[in-house]
Amino acid sequence: MSVFDLDFWVGAGVIAGIYGIFALGLQLNIGFTGIMNLGQAGFMCVGAYTMGILVVDAGWPLALAFAAAIIVAVAAGVLVGLPSLRLRADYFGIVTIAFSEIVRYVFQNAAFAGGNQGVIGYDAEWRAFQAWASQRLATIGLGEATQMPLLIAVWAALLLCLVVLQALQVSPWGRVLKAIREDEDAAAALGKNVFAFKLQSLGIAAALATIAGFFLAMNVTYLYPSEFDPSFTFFGYAVLILGGFASYGAVVVGAVLLCTLTEGLRFLDLPLSAGQAGSLRFIIVGLVLIGLSMFRPQGLLGSDAEMQLRA
Amino acid sequence: MTGGIDTASVAPTRAPERRLEDIPAAAWLAAVLIAAVLLMSLARGPVAVGQTTLNGLVAAGYFALGAVGLTLVFGTLRIINFAHGDLLTLGAYLTFGIGALGLPFWPAAAVAVVLTALFAYALDWIIWEPMRRARTSTLQLFLVAIGLAMVIRYTIQFFAGSQVRGVGQDVLSSINIGPFHLGALQALVLVVGVAAIAAVGLALAFTRFGKQIRALADNVALAEVSGIDTRRAVRLIWLVAGALAALAGVLYSAAVGSVNPNFGFFILLSLFTAAVLGGIGNAYGALAGGLVIGLAQEWSTLFVGTRWKPVVGFAILIIMLLVMPRGIFGGGRARS
Repeated sequence: MSVFDLDFWVGAGVIAGIYGIFALGLQLNIGFTGIMNLGQAGFMCVGAYTMGILVVDAGWPLALAFAAAIIVAVAAGVLVGLPSLRLRADYFGIVTIAFSEIVRYVFQNAAFAGGNQGVIGYDAEWRAFQAWASQRLATIGLGEATQMPLLIAVWAALLLCLVVLQALQVSPWGRVLKAIREDEDAAAALGKNVFAFKLQSLGIAAALATIAGFFLAMNVTYLYPSEFDPSFTFFGYAVLILGGFASYGAVVVGAVLLCTLTEGLRFLDLPLSAGQAGSLRFIIVGLVLIGLSMFRPQGLLGSDAEMQLRA
Repeated sequence: MTGGIDTASVAPTRAPERRLEDIPAAAWLAAVLIAAVLLMSLARGPVAVGQTTLNGLVAAGYFALGAVGLTLVFGTLRIINFAHGDLLTLGAYLTFGIGALGLPFWPAAAVAVVLTALFAYALDWIIWEPMRRARTSTLQLFLVAIGLAMVIRYTIQFFAGSQVRGVGQDVLSSINIGPFHLGALQALVLVVGVAAIAAVGLALAFTRFGKQIRALADNVALAEVSGIDTRRAVRLIWLVAGALAALAGVLYSAAVGSVNPNFGFFILLSLFTAAVLGGIGNAYGALAGGLVIGLAQEWSTLFVGTRWKPVVGFAILIIMLLVMPRGIFGGGRARS
């Protein structure tokens, strides 16, 4: 395959955008609120499946189903957070990953979710839009890659989310979040409802997971449970540490770096089977996680002064 | 002491008041399990309950042995070791690899147990020790652990492939005990599992190293001022954790008959459940927790489909963390 294969890079760009939106939610949680959400893939699963099922089984229009999916995922976030956010940080992490695995097993085994066959046929409206958009893009010379409209849409969404989160972060609300991250007892002593702020942070992360899940669903054309295993969440954390903690801009950099790293491996002409090349990608991501956590825990662009990671 | 009143002789001797809290947790647990067996026997018949109990005991072996290392590492080093499940996988695949060189299954397993223990020891030397010195945060430890988990699992997959692989043993012959059936290999797993659990329990209770490990997992600062060489004890914990994880992995592969490189990660949450049930840092608790999770998952098949077994484990984990985060035997601080 040529390094200049446009379709390939457009596809890689779509994946980077999806990881970016997904990891923005994690950044809000761990980087700005100090809560270790390990269930982000579970929230994405809830959102994507809700949307898919509403379109396929209930005949809802895609946009309406997507809006409903966000509401359901946020509700799931609140439901998970209500009992568990009072727990110690590491126990909270275990509860969220257990939640995410329960969600995955339920969708894998429950009849309403299509089991291992998954959900298919929710994207007709998007295909129609994509065909229309491709024609428009062709008139300005951007029509060669079939996924080009998706690439533009996912990156527009990513930048929009980034701007909104950035605005929230410089607001008084964002400053309270940072205060909670630094010292939640002090924030509580100032009369801030620490628990409510954490719950809001988790709810927004679940909404971002659903937006990422929407684009993932449009990218893969059918939903099946194993797409949403905890590895997705772990890749999200790899994005954070590659980019840097406590910065939304760094998430974008991290997502691009991660996808360049994993997708770019295809161009090395290694004498490996497809399975081995796939394994090698995970090994490299694992080594990146270990190496950066040991030697540059704030991430490539993160600042040690902004978020203290060493006790 | 002169002229003082000896209060002990003056105070009226009274039998100590018996209260509900004085009954040991282990007795409670046994009572609850027996009550569960009786209730389920009424609902589903004693034969079905007996059969699932037997299956549950087989599973309890690998859950208990897998959870001991996890709980000791968590209790001592505050590492939620997401790579622990992959040590089980490593043990099972090393057994296959060594078996391919011509060694029979169980001797190969013994070599694999030793190699995995040394591997866990080496990881402490290369990664965890430097991180302890750098006084790292929970987040950093977590990130290193998931990175390590990926590296171990996908290195195994790189060499062995991702396909399901049989253990290459006779998995068909079975033995009948009255109305109950048990695969011959599973019976062997049950025996080895029970023997290993007994050995671990006795070693923890009576050997010097066992006492040191328990002291360290219970309270690091207190263990340090009591003169325990914590550095050596921590290395020992990693050796024990690696060896028991490998043994658990071998028992799992023999009990199920086939494995793939993801199995360790998939049962990791069940191991967490066992550790949390027993109280984080409590090695005996982890053994008991493994028993509970093994039985609970098999008993659940009496009421819901087999495919829901993992969900039962995760649900117990969440419920335990929310309502009884100190586990059935207590210990640890769970709220922030």
